[in-house]
Amino acid sequence: MSTLTAAEGTTAATPAISPPSLLALTRVELRKSYDTRAGRWLLFTIGLASLGVVAIALFVDDAPKTFADHFAITQFPIGILLPVLGILLVTSEWSQRSAMTTFTLVPRRSRVLTAKVGAAGLLALLGVVAAALASALATVLTPVFTDSPMDWGIGGDQVLQVVLVQLLNVLAGVAFGMLLLSSPLAIVLFFVLPTAFSILVNLVGALQWVRDWLDLSTATTPMYEGDLDAQGWAQVATSVALWVALPMALGWLRIRRAEIS
Amino acid sequence: MITIEHLTKRYGAQPAVSDVSFSCEPGTVTGFLGPNGAGKSTTLRSLVGLTTPTSGRATVAGRDYRDLPNAGRQVGVLLDAGAQHAGRTGREVLTLSALVLGVGQERVDEVLGRVGLAGKPAGKRVGNYSLGMRQRLGLATALLGDPQVLVLDEPANGLDPDGIWWMRGLLRGFADRGGTVLLSSHLLREVEAVADQLVVIAGGRIVAQGSKQELLGGRGTVVRGPDRALLDRALHAAGIAVVPGEGDALVADAEPLAVGQAVAAAGVVLTELRPAGGEGLEELFRSLTHSDGTQQVQEVAA
Repeated sequence: MSTLTAAEGTTAATPAISPPSLLALTRVELRKSYDTRAGRWLLFTIGLASLGVVAIALFVDDAPKTFADHFAITQFPIGILLPVLGILLVTSEWSQRSAMTTFTLVPRRSRVLTAKVGAAGLLALLGVVAAALASALATVLTPVFTDSPMDWGIGGDQVLQVVLVQLLNVLAGVAFGMLLLSSPLAIVLFFVLPTAFSILVNLVGALQWVRDWLDLSTATTPMYEGDLDAQGWAQVATSVALWVALPMALGWLRIRRAEIS
Repeated sequence: MITIEHLTKRYGAQPAVSDVSFSCEPGTVTGFLGPNGAGKSTTLRSLVGLTTPTSGRATVAGRDYRDLPNAGRQVGVLLDAGAQHAGRTGREVLTLSALVLGVGQERVDEVLGRVGLAGKPAGKRVGNYSLGMRQRLGLATALLGDPQVLVLDEPANGLDPDGIWWMRGLLRGFADRGGTVLLSSHLLREVEAVADQLVVIAGGRIVAQGSKQELLGGRGTVVRGPDRALLDRALHAAGIAVVPGEGDALVADAEPLAVGQAVAAAGVVLTELRPAGGEGLEELFRSLTHSDGTQQVQEVAA
């Protein structure tokens, strides 16, 4: 102990102190996503879900069997779990009260939020990579378990749009987390609100245009196959404005102003 | 160096803190005293940027906390030992902070040893920690960036007597090496032993502040004897003002030497003679901070 004391708490000239870089903060946020048991299970489940889906696809007779098909199918479970990951990345700070420590260490809160968005994006990319690996495995096994040959063909459009849709999925989660700051509330509302919205606009004929232009899941569905056309892109943009950009902007403001306790 | 100038924080119309001003110098420990709900935490949270004050300013080394380049390297903060993810291990909590601060893993091991959490406790989940262990982990987080300033809210909560003694030594050493320490407590005894300066807050306002000597000194001498009336007469005869003290004691408004001389001259027997200092501060603290409490009790009784 005596060897340590000399170095502690002295007012001796300190070397120039540099602020934590965004890269360092993003690393920290990434680490927070897997350094708890709950976080590790969620990541593991995402990997497992893509394997499960391709396993089913392999053994269902009339399911399509190309790499592109597997790649499209595996995105669905990942697309459901990524928003949860995004939500928890934000809300766990409040449910576990670590926000106080986080924002005391980095009082410029926007930097922490930027790092969280960055970490969420990287995790979405990892999710797509996991789906691709599971799809590759399924493609290799296709001739073993079925009569279909290996077919590795996949279009650049599909890869690009899948990556984009998964980024949107995770960011929608982050946005809901930022706006609501509560894990159960954000998770429930994330799934209930759009569903209720879809049911409503489908029931009322006059609201058809709302479904086409403001329902995120309807607008993004063609993206899993890479089939988005010009109007489709516009519809994705308007739905994203409502379900991702708006809640994130409001949530960002809320956290910047919030009293952290 | 911490400076708080005319800090006011209102929630709606309700003031939590009104016009609070004080400063903490390097090399000193400042005890920030007050009952629960007096505004201690609000003041400290305003200081570290978790709360935006309604008016007034709080600075560390002349800068707003939010403008410090790497806050944790300059100010070590422990506001709430429970503010940690229960699923992380103690070592992991410190590792995350170390990544933000830009200090190495060896520094994590160092502070773990420093607060007595090295070895097995470091690998346990914070959820399984006792309150005392969480306080130690919080203190480790505060020390991690080797700051010049420490801001601690009720750091002795949950520590056993050994832990409290250890913490006093740690804070004293930190200040003696030129550091600035601001710690809050609702217990006078807890800070009295370590603080150089005391700031007492009640109802959101500063009600007393000064060095420990200033607040302790000049409060008379406690004197006790088998015959209280005789003692009273002897002191009056010597021109020393006397008020009743605790139990059958008297508090004389004079130095112990003068009281002793007066009593000896009158040939009166004494059983106790000592400076009334400690009680003076405690009385002060009680009268300043408990007035609301007694009123409430009276209201309930009526």
